[in-house]
Amino acid sequence: MGKRVILGAVAILLVIAAAYASFYVAPEERTMGVLQRIFYFHVASAWAGMDAFLLCFIANLLYVWKRGQKYDWLGVSSAEVGLVLTTVVLITGPIWAKPAWGIYWTWDARLTSTFVLWLLYVSYLLLRTLIEEPERRALLSALFGIFAFIDVPLVFFSIRWWRTQHPAPVIMGGPGSGLDPTMNKVFLFSVLAMHVLAAFLIVERYMLEKMRSEVDILRREAEAQ
Amino acid sequence: MKNLNSVFAAYLIGWGVFFLFYISIAKRTNDLRAEVERLKNSLPRGK
Repeated sequence: MGKRVILGAVAILLVIAAAYASFYVAPEERTMGVLQRIFYFHVASAWAGMDAFLLCFIANLLYVWKRGQKYDWLGVSSAEVGLVLTTVVLITGPIWAKPAWGIYWTWDARLTSTFVLWLLYVSYLLLRTLIEEPERRALLSALFGIFAFIDVPLVFFSIRWWRTQHPAPVIMGGPGSGLDPTMNKVFLFSVLAMHVLAAFLIVERYMLEKMRSEVDILRREAEAQ
Repeated sequence: MKNLNSVFAAYLIGWGVFFLFYISIAKRTNDLRAEVERLKNSLPRGK
């Protein structure tokens, strides 16, 4: 409990510090002005979300291989946290897009692949609610999770492969891309803060799933009486 | 400070989503904790 409280406190402090740095340390961008400050929150959430899905994918593979319950708990926990982070991306993106592009949404490659990613992990969580038997639920959702992860590299490379409405990458975007050094430091700090927040939420969600398994065992014992 | 409202909206809604998610985890944890207690009490002692 103590370590979880410390992790939660560190996550909150880092997120507050990242927001402060985004508003007061990062210089104002020339073209978009203050609006560009959404970038530090929007992109950091997107990266943390994709890493949560990567963790889910690894846990799904490990479950299929080793059939350990803890991998199932980790899979569902990271999928749910990844989904929350992607929801934030899908909300903050249109808020940024409206003043920048004049529209909230367009079916371009990045936006569409991100929306499909969101739908895939909603389906992953829905699938789990439809299967009663724990081992069958864990195996089928692990297999679905492995399939769902195919969309993550598609989301990442969509703005590199297709030039549509969404801007080209400014990080790891090849020649001509890149950020002002101070902006880059603030961005990397925001990414760190969002990853620590994601780690805290995954740990909390994992403990919930562990407790749910304990309840299932007790229920079966009670029914056997 | 054109578009400052959009920036604040993005940050506040984003934090709101994280906060609601954490509240939902805390609520589900409390419900399960109560269920564990109820089930433990319903089982014969020594279990």
